[in-house]
Order: sequence, then C-alpha cells, then structure tokens
Amino acid sequence: MTVLADRRRARPRPPAAPRRRSATRTRALLREGLLFWALILPNLAAIVVFGYYPTLYNLVLSLTDWDFVQPAPVLVGLDNYVELLRPGSVLADALRNTTVFVLVTVLGTMVGGLAIGALLAQRLRLSGVVRTLAFAPHMLPGAAVGVLWLFLFDPSYGLSRWLFEMVGADSPRWTTTSDFSLWAITIAYAWQRLGFVAIIYYAAILDLPRDLYEAAALDGARGWSLFRHLTIPLLSPITFFLTVTGVIAAAQTFDIIATLTNGGPGTSSTTLPWLVYEQAFVSFDIGTSAASATVMFVLLLVVTLVQTRVAHRQVHYS
Amino acid sequence: MTLLPTRPVATPERTASTQSAESAGSAQSAQSAESTQSARSAQSQPSPRERGSRGRRRPRSLTIGLYAMLGLVFAVFAVPLYWLFSSALKPENEIYTFPLTWVPSSLEWGNFVEAWTSAPFGAFLRNSVITTVVGTALEIGVAVLSAYAVAFVRFRGKMLVFAVMVGSLMLPGHITLLVNYITVSSLGWLNTYQGLILPGIGSAFAMFLLYQQMRQVPGELVDAASIDGAGHLRRMVSVVGPICSPMILTATLIVGIGKWNDFVWPLIVTSTADMRTLPIGLMFLRSQEGYDSWGPVMAGTVIVAAPMLVVFFLAQRRIVGGIVSGALKG
Repeated sequence: MTVLADRRRARPRPPAAPRRRSATRTRALLREGLLFWALILPNLAAIVVFGYYPTLYNLVLSLTDWDFVQPAPVLVGLDNYVELLRPGSVLADALRNTTVFVLVTVLGTMVGGLAIGALLAQRLRLSGVVRTLAFAPHMLPGAAVGVLWLFLFDPSYGLSRWLFEMVGADSPRWTTTSDFSLWAITIAYAWQRLGFVAIIYYAAILDLPRDLYEAAALDGARGWSLFRHLTIPLLSPITFFLTVTGVIAAAQTFDIIATLTNGGPGTSSTTLPWLVYEQAFVSFDIGTSAASATVMFVLLLVVTLVQTRVAHRQVHYS
Repeated sequence: MTLLPTRPVATPERTASTQSAESAGSAQSAQSAESTQSARSAQSQPSPRERGSRGRRRPRSLTIGLYAMLGLVFAVFAVPLYWLFSSALKPENEIYTFPLTWVPSSLEWGNFVEAWTSAPFGAFLRNSVITTVVGTALEIGVAVLSAYAVAFVRFRGKMLVFAVMVGSLMLPGHITLLVNYITVSSLGWLNTYQGLILPGIGSAFAMFLLYQQMRQVPGELVDAASIDGAGHLRRMVSVVGPICSPMILTATLIVGIGKWNDFVWPLIVTSTADMRTLPIGLMFLRSQEGYDSWGPVMAGTVIVAAPMLVVFFLAQRRIVGGIVSGALKG
C-alpha cells in the first residue's frame, strides 16, 4: 500500500489548478532546500573553514616569508621551493626517510599481516586470544606506543638488550644514533599496524567464496599452490585497499616520531610530517613549512592516483 | 571513496550448523572465538582453506608447526604489552637490573603516584575526557544531520555538496595544520577547549559511514512516517535514528578513539600544562623524567593507554566489525 502511495506521489499531478498547485510545490521545495542547507551547514562550514580554506591559504603562505612575529607575511615567490628542492636540502633527507619508512612499514605489515591472517584463519585453539591481542596496539595512542618502544629499545635495561645478548651482541642505541633511529620508528609503527592488517586479511580470507575452493580441490590443488594461485588473487581488492590506506597513514605518522626520536639525531629520522611541524613550530619558518606541506600534499595525491590507475588494471574484482 | 561500507554492519549470527563439522571437536573457547568476530555471519563458517581439505586430517607435524607460529605471533604482541604493565608495577631496583626481571617481586603502585604527582595527570585526564566527549558528540551530531540531509531531504545539487564534503578526506592533516593554527590563534582560541575541539568536528568520514547506512533504511518506513504528518525532524529522531543506531554507535566509538589518541593538534594548540591532553602530557612526562625513571613513565603510559584498551575489550566486536566491514565492502 505504501508502495502505491509512493508511486502516486511521484507521478506528476493532474493540472487541475495549475498556478496554485505549483506555487505550493515551489514553496515546499524551497522549504526543503532551506532545510537541506540548515542541516548540512555545521558540517560543511567546519570542513570548509578547517579543511579547504587552510589547504588553499597554505599554498599562499608557501610563497611568503614569515616567522609569526613580523606583522605580515612577505611575498617571496618560489624562493621557498627553490631552497627546498636544492639537492642536499633537508627536504631531500625527509623524502628519503619517508620513502624508506613507508615502503618498509607497508610492505612488512602486508606480508606479515597476510601470513598471520592466514594462520589465524586456521582456527587453531586460542587463536581468538591472539586476534584480540594483535588488534589492541592499533587502538592505542601513538604516543603510548612510542614511549613503550622507547623503553623496549633502551640499550641498557630494555628488551632489546635481552634479545641481542641471546645472540651475543650489544643492543644498538636505537633512538640516539643516526644509523638506527629510522629503523626504530619503522619497527614501532609496523608493530602498531601489523595486527590491524592481519585482522583485515583474516576476515577477508574467511569471507572468500567456498565453491571456488571446492572446485580447486577437485582439480587437485592444495596447500601452497591453492594459496598462491587462488587465495592471493582473490584477496587483491583487500591488498589494494590496505596498500592505499597504508601508504597514506604511514606517510602522515607523527606521534611515534615525536615520542621516540624527535626526527633525530640530526635529520636521520625526519620524515615529511615531522619536517612540516619542525619548520613551523620549532624554527618558526612559516613559508618553508607551508612549501614542505604542499610538496607532501602533492606527493600523496600523486601516489593515490597512480595506485588507483594501477589497480584498475591489476586488481581482480570478483 | 572506496574504503567505506556499502551495507549495514550486521551483528554476527552464529548458527549452530556452521560451527558443527570442523570445530565441534576442538573445544575452542567460545568466548575467544567470538571475541574478535567481525561483521559477517559468513565468518563463523570454517575457513575455505580448511574446507578445501575437508575429510583429510591435518598432519600432526603441520599442526605442531602452526601452533609454534601462533605462539610466536602471540609473543610479538603479548611481550611488549606485558612489559608495559609489568614495568609500571616494578620496584625501581628491578627495572634497573640485568638480566631482566620478568616478574615483579612486589607490586609497586608508587610508580603511578609518582607519575600522577610529577606531572599534572589529573588535568591531562580532565582535558582528554572533555575534548574526547564533547568533540565526539559534536562530530557525530553534525555527521548525523548532514548524512540525513543528503539521504532524505530533496535538494537538486545535494550530491555535489556531498562530493565536496567527502573530498575533504583527501586532505592530509598536515597541510591544514599551519593555517588552522593561525586561524585559531587570531580567534584568541589558543590554549582553550574551543581551540582544541572545534577544528576537529567537521566529519566527512562519519558522515559517509552514516549516509551509507541511511540509504539502507526502507523508503516505505520514512514515507509512512511522512504521511502520518511527521516532519523531517520527527522522521530523523524517531524513524531513521533508531534504525541506524548500531552504526551511530560504531561511528561514535571509532571517532572517539581517534580523538583520544589525537596528538599533533593538541600539541601545537596548547601551551600550558593545565590544558594538555594525556598523549601530550605523556610526552612531557617522558622528557621530564628522562631515562632514569622508567617505572613512573611506564605508569604514565598505562594511564594514557588503559582507557582505550578497556573500551576495546568491552566493544571489540563492534569496533573491529565496523573497521573490517569498511575494508571488505570497499
């Protein structure tokens, strides 16, 4: 009955008293339009004022020189970019560090997460406990994860010393030497994300269509070859999702770096988000920070677009 | 965005039959088996890989190998977390020894007292609770209103407006940081709750999640309400809201966890100890106490982390289910 009523309302009304009808209709539509704007306004305003406007104005600031103290930013054209793109600049270090950090954490958590997800999908006894534990670090504040790992990495009293003594070596001074600081933040962040990736893969594996597996089993496929030729291709949409979101999240990681290494020593663990923060709020070099942020924004955009294009060709959608 | 769910998150319905064949024998603790169950009932079925080899038993050596790997995975996650909690409770001399002390000889609650008194953790906690609760309420509020508007209010250009709002998901947090700081500063909001909270209430993510859910609400129900004379407000509050309440709860949890864990914005927008939130306070506790007092620093870390762990253990099915279904139904 409601369906009928619905259809009747949708049909254009008979032109009995056209003028008056259309006037009330216009008024009703106008009222709906006003209501639409009223409902959407708080959210839209917040998104425009604190999302789009800053993005645009950041672009303007990147063409200026300012230190928060001078009365107003001074236009300097592309100077900030020229300075940043000079070989050997701090941006080059940050780009290199960010690339290593993103590649290692994303690849590491994907490979490890797939293996753990497949293991959890075997439904061994107690695997429920492991699932819960594995996901827990993903819920924690990055600052807590960072401080915890600072202690684990402590070369004198942390677990790192214990692990390295087992093989008869001294623990590296993870967070205070430039050879290891980047690996320190990489390991801590990968630990936080690994369980999240594993649980997504676990759920995805359990969600795969069983008839395909029955058919493949009839063909004699089993074990590794089943996994290699059926499971991994079927999981490719998930792999794609985890890659894109993983790159975006890793490239913006800040709290673990702030608590573990402060980007140092020197610039050895300075990634793009740390650089943007440091230039603006430690060195008060607003224009350069804005330019670095713009570079970061453009790179993330390009990475996302490239990944999406590659995915269109290679991802298997069932 | 392809990342978000296109269908409602159902609570897992475990049917007796799906459990039967393979796992009936293995007395898997029902509690733990269900604990991280994700959205779909399909998941309570045995895994395809297992099914592929139905009828054959797994060789014993393989089973042992799998359990060994499970033990290793358990250790990777359990040991650091155990270390966190045990160190927070260790007497100082047991922290600074080698070989390491794995089990504290006595529980030293003094670490918590010292952490609490050497930094104003009471103020940090208050600030974290205020920013998380108020910020989450506001963000979910504006998300519900705007999702309802896009799903149910007639307006010709609404999908364009919607696309503009969802497009803001593409803006990385760090590009808005500097200008938002300048904006908040020129409003005189530095070091205030409005400065901490308001820039974060715009919500593309929660709005999208809720919009996807609202699209599933049967149109007949909403129409029936409007024929009964219910205006949009009534329809939102008494028809759409209750139907979507599971998703609203899931979104609230995910948004709330994000706010509690938020770091860079509270770091730059607050400048005095009495306005800091817990994650920022923890960082300052660490730099104050340095490397000489891991006990109190670990106790502080527990104070920061424990509320999220409690929320997670209480609501993990909903939280994991929401996140997983977001990923799977891309």
